[in-house]
Amino acid sequence: MEAEKANQSLPRLGQPAPLFEAETTHGTIRLEDFKGSWLVFFSHPADFTPVCTTEFVGFAELAPEFKKRNVELLGLSIDSTFSHIAWVRNIEQNFGVKVPFPVVADLNKEVASLYGMIMPGESKTETSRCVFVIDPNGVLRAMIYYPLTTGRNMREILRLIDALQTTDKHGVATPANWQPGDKVIVPPPKTTEDAEARMHAGLETKDWYFSKKSL
Amino acid sequence: MPCIDGSGKLSESGRRILAALARPITLEEAARQSGLPLYRIRSGAREMVQAGLVEEKAGAYMATPAGQALLRAES
Repeated sequence: MEAEKANQSLPRLGQPAPLFEAETTHGTIRLEDFKGSWLVFFSHPADFTPVCTTEFVGFAELAPEFKKRNVELLGLSIDSTFSHIAWVRNIEQNFGVKVPFPVVADLNKEVASLYGMIMPGESKTETSRCVFVIDPNGVLRAMIYYPLTTGRNMREILRLIDALQTTDKHGVATPANWQPGDKVIVPPPKTTEDAEARMHAGLETKDWYFSKKSL
Repeated sequence: MPCIDGSGKLSESGRRILAALARPITLEEAARQSGLPLYRIRSGAREMVQAGLVEEKAGAYMATPAGQALLRAES
C-alpha cells in the first residue's frame, strides 16, 4: 500500500528535485553530484527493447549538444547494471553509437517511486518515458511524460533547455514553437502605469499585455 | 565504472581522477584538468576518500600516500 502511494506521488515544478543515491553504469552517483550543471534525468521502460533503443541512440547522438549547454544526461530503468552494460555495448555494436551518459539500475524501484515514473495503468513493472529537467541549483524546472508506445523527441528536449536557459538569462518567456533566435515574450506589466508605458516602450506590442522583442 | 575494481586496481577514470589530485585542488579544478565531467569527479572522489586513496581538507582534495603509491604502481 505504501509503495503504491509512493508510486502515485509526483515531484513538483519549482521545488527541489528529490535527492537520491543510486547504482549506475558509472558507479554510485548522488543527485547532488550534478550540482552546477543542468540535468536531463529520464526513464525508459526496459533495456533491449526497440523504442528505448532508438531513444538511447537519439540521446547519445545529441549528447554533445547537451554538453555545450552545460547539461548532463542520466538514464534510469528497472533493470540491473549488468543488463544496462550489455545493452549499451549492444547499441554500440549494432548502431555504432557510444552511450556516454550513466544509467541508473533501479531494481528496487526506489528512485522511480520518488519521481513518480511508474504509471500502474500502463505497467506496474516498467517506468514510463519520463523526463525531468533539473537546474544547476537542484530545482525541478520541467517534466515530460510519454507513454510506453511513443518515443520522445530529443530535439524538443534540447529546445526546452534552450528556452529555460533563455528565460533565466534574460528574464523573458518564450512563445509557442519558439526556437533560439526567435523573438521572446516580455513579461506583462503589473500596474496600469506600466501598461501605459509599455505602449511606448519601443517593443513589438500587439496590446498592453502582449509584447515581444529580439534578444 | 567505479574507480577501483574488486581486486583494488584502478579503472581508467580512477587513474585520471587520482592523477588530477596530485596536489590539493578543488573538484571543480580537477574536472577542468582531467576533462572528466564534474559529477564523475565528485562520485569518484567520494569513492576514493572511502578507500583511503584521497583526502579532503577545507574543500581541497589530494591523493594520499597510498593513492599516490597505487597510481605509481599502475603507471
